[in-house]
Amino acid sequence: MSPDSLKNREVESRQFDTKNELQVLSATANVFQDIGFTITEIDNDLGLIIGSKERDATVPGQIAMAAFVDLLAAAGGSSSNMMAMTDSVQSVLASCVTKLNLEGNKIVVRVTFQRVIFNQMQQVSRLESIEDPKIYQGFFEKLSKSIFLEANKI
Amino acid sequence: MIFLRHKILKCLVVPLVILMAGCATTLPIEHILDLSANQLKLRSIQTRAFDTSDKEKMMRSVMATLQDLDFVVNKGDSELGILTATKFVGNQILKMTVIVRSKNDKQLLVRANAQFGIKSVDIPEPYQDFFDALSKAVFLTAQNVD
Repeated sequence: MSPDSLKNREVESRQFDTKNELQVLSATANVFQDIGFTITEIDNDLGLIIGSKERDATVPGQIAMAAFVDLLAAAGGSSSNMMAMTDSVQSVLASCVTKLNLEGNKIVVRVTFQRVIFNQMQQVSRLESIEDPKIYQGFFEKLSKSIFLEANKI
Repeated sequence: MIFLRHKILKCLVVPLVILMAGCATTLPIEHILDLSANQLKLRSIQTRAFDTSDKEKMMRSVMATLQDLDFVVNKGDSELGILTATKFVGNQILKMTVIVRSKNDKQLLVRANAQFGIKSVDIPEPYQDFFDALSKAVFLTAQNVD
């Protein structure tokens, strides 16, 4: 276990004041859809739900820089294809696991995000786990609203 | 003199060509289903038995352990007892498959397989660490299996 493991666990988990795991799972599925994920895998016996989405990953600055380098190379009489190396598409994966806490009176939700960035040539340019606490906070805010709505059948 | 140089060149080129030809034919497509050398040893490194019959709880603990080890769970099937998880280490993918199945009425077998980049993980230490973490999560001892 890495020294950051416990910190990560804290960032990635929230407890919700309900014992109904199915309700939490269905609320999570709704949040996934709200934020544009398609659900790829669900297992209610395990309390597991997985979603993914593909989005544009182009960064204007990066493209401008690559174009500049390519132009310079062309002017200097050699060829360069930095443009092909610029980021193109990112695929984001969200994996969510629910379980009863140790006391057995609340549901713990732990979510983790990963993303893979592809360049214009469709090669993997970067792999990363998303660790920004703000992303997780935003997700859990939506989830607690969704659980409330679910509980009130709205 | 020129003849001698020609001969030396020939001596160098011929083995080189043979060497390169050798390289070209080693694409091991026919070996992809071969068992690795120490299959039994590997199996015992990757497998542990636990004194419980609650498969679902074991799978949940495996997921919690994987998440604690910074893995992201990618696939799960409670009926088949299979879980797959990945973790990005640098620009490489560490992929892990865990299978939970019953050994007898009272025991479960847990087998973990790891692959790092394009290599399988064959050394015992990472598996030992995984099972140590898992046994803490389930409050049971991980027993070696012959």
